Amino acid sequence: MSAVHVAGVSKIFNQGTPKQVDALVDVNLTVEPGEFVSLIGPSGCGKSTLLRLIANLLEPTTGAVTVNGKTAAQSRLDQDYGMAFQQAGLFDWRSVAKNIELPLELKGWDTEKRAARAKEMLDLVKLPEFADLMPWQLSGGMQQRIAIARALAAHPPLLLMDEPFGALDEMTREYMQGELLRICAETKTTVVFVTHSIPEAVYLSNRVVVMSPRPGRITEVINVNLGENRSEDTRAADNFFAGITAVREALRGTHADHANAGAIRGVEDR
Amino acid sequence: MTFVNRLRNFGVPFVFGVAFLAFWEGAVKFFNLKPYFLAPPSKILSQFFDNASRIWDAASVSGMNALVGLIAGTAFGVAMSFILSRFRFLNSLITPLAIALNAVPIFVLVAVLNNMYSITSEIPRRIMVSLVVYFIVLVNVAKGLTQVKTTHLELMRSYAASDIQILRKVRVPNAIPYLFTALKISAPAAVITSFVSEYFGGSQNGLGSRITSNIANSKNAAAWAYVLGACLLGLVFYLVSVVLENVASRGGGATNNTNK
Repeated sequence: MSAVHVAGVSKIFNQGTPKQVDALVDVNLTVEPGEFVSLIGPSGCGKSTLLRLIANLLEPTTGAVTVNGKTAAQSRLDQDYGMAFQQAGLFDWRSVAKNIELPLELKGWDTEKRAARAKEMLDLVKLPEFADLMPWQLSGGMQQRIAIARALAAHPPLLLMDEPFGALDEMTREYMQGELLRICAETKTTVVFVTHSIPEAVYLSNRVVVMSPRPGRITEVINVNLGENRSEDTRAADNFFAGITAVREALRGTHADHANAGAIRGVEDR
Repeated sequence: MTFVNRLRNFGVPFVFGVAFLAFWEGAVKFFNLKPYFLAPPSKILSQFFDNASRIWDAASVSGMNALVGLIAGTAFGVAMSFILSRFRFLNSLITPLAIALNAVPIFVLVAVLNNMYSITSEIPRRIMVSLVVYFIVLVNVAKGLTQVKTTHLELMRSYAASDIQILRKVRVPNAIPYLFTALKISAPAAVITSFVSEYFGGSQNGLGSRITSNIANSKNAAAWAYVLGACLLGLVFYLVSVVLENVASRGGGATNNTNK
C-alpha cells in the first residue's frame, strides 16, 4: 500500500469565471512508505496546491487522492499526517510543550499521556529544556523544530511540509535539514516536502518531483539517492552536484517554453 | 544604568510638570491675572482639599455611571462580536456601521435618552456610556475573533478540529489581546462620556455637572478643583485597565510578536 497516491488530479480555481486558474492539470504521483519526496518548481507551479490536496485542505476538481489506502478526507479525520508550514505557526498563548500537545488534545488524549509524549518529542528535536517557555522566546530555527515536533506528536506515518525552512538563514537551514533527516530516520516517517531550493531538495530527497506552471503539472521526476548516511561531507560530494545539475536542467527545461531565464535564476538563489 | 533610565522615564516628565505649575503660578502673580480668568495652582489645590469630600461624592456618582456602563457595554460588545464572527453576512452589515458610529460623537444621544427616563435617573447616562463602550469593544473583539492566522486555521483543519474547537482554542485566545486593547481605549472614553452626559440635564450630582455649576457661579478655582478630580478619576480607570491587561498577559495570554 503506497503512502500517497495521486491519480489524474486536476485543480481549477474559480472555474468558469474570468479569474479561472488551472492550478494543476492531470497530476499522477505515488509516494511509497518511508520515502522522502520533494516537490520543486517556480512560483505558481501548484506545488503547494498539490500538498494541500494530499492534506485534504483542498478538494481536487477531478481525480482522486489516496493517503494510506484511505481517501484524503478520511485520513485527515484520522490525523494520519502531520503538517508544517513556512511560518512555524506556534500559538503565542501556549507554552512550547502545550503547543506540541495541541494535536493530542484534539484527539482526546488524557493530560498525563500528552505530557509524556510532549517530553518525548522535545527530546527528539533536542530542545528538552524549553518545555515551559513561550514561543516568542525561541529563535526562528527553534520555533520551526517545535513545529516539526508538533507535526510528529501523534506519530503520524506521513509528514507534509510546505517550505518549512524557507524563512531561515542558510546555516540554520542546513542544520535543520540534517535534523529532519535524522528525525525521519528515527521515526520512519514518509515525507512530502515543498521547496524552492534545489540543493535542499537534492540533499533531502529520494526523489525530486519537478513541476512547471501555467498550467501546473509534473514535468519530470528525478531519482537522487545520496544514501542513508548523509552528512555535511555529502554537500561536497560529486553525486550531490550531479543531482543539483539534473534538477536544474529539468527546471530549465520547463522554462525554455517560456523563454523566461530570470525566473530560473530566482530559483537558484534560494 | 537602570537608575538613569528610570530618571529619564519618570524624573524628566515630573520635573517638567512641576516647572509648568511653577510657571503657571508665577504667570498669574506676575501679570496679576483676575481669578475669573485663571486661578493659580495653589488656589486650585487648596480648593481641592477644602472640597475633598464633595469631590469624592461627585466622583463616586460619575465613576459609578462610567463603571456600570463600561461593564454592560463590554458584556454586550463581546456577546455581539461572537454572533458577528459566527455569521459573516451580519459582520459585513454591522461592522462598517460600528466603525462609522465610533468616529462620531454619539454621546450627544444622551439628550434624547434623558427624555425617556425620569429627570433624576442615572440610567440614560449609563446607557450612553454602554453604547460608546459597546461599539469600541465590538469592533476590536470581532477583529480578534476573525483575523486569525491562515497557518493556524490550516493546522486546525489538518487536526480535523470542529468549529467549536477552533473557536475555543484559536479564535478566543487570539481575541483576548484585542479585548484588552478595547478596554484601554474604552475605559477613559467611559469616564469622558459619563462627564459629558451630565451636561445634558438630569441630577446635578456628578463631576461634570459640578464643573459647569461652579463655572456658572464664577467659582473658577473650585471648578478647576473638580476638573482635577475628573482627571484623577480618568487616570484611575486607565491604570486599572492597564493593570488588568498585565495580569491577563502574565496568565498565559502573552503576545510579544517581536520574533515574528
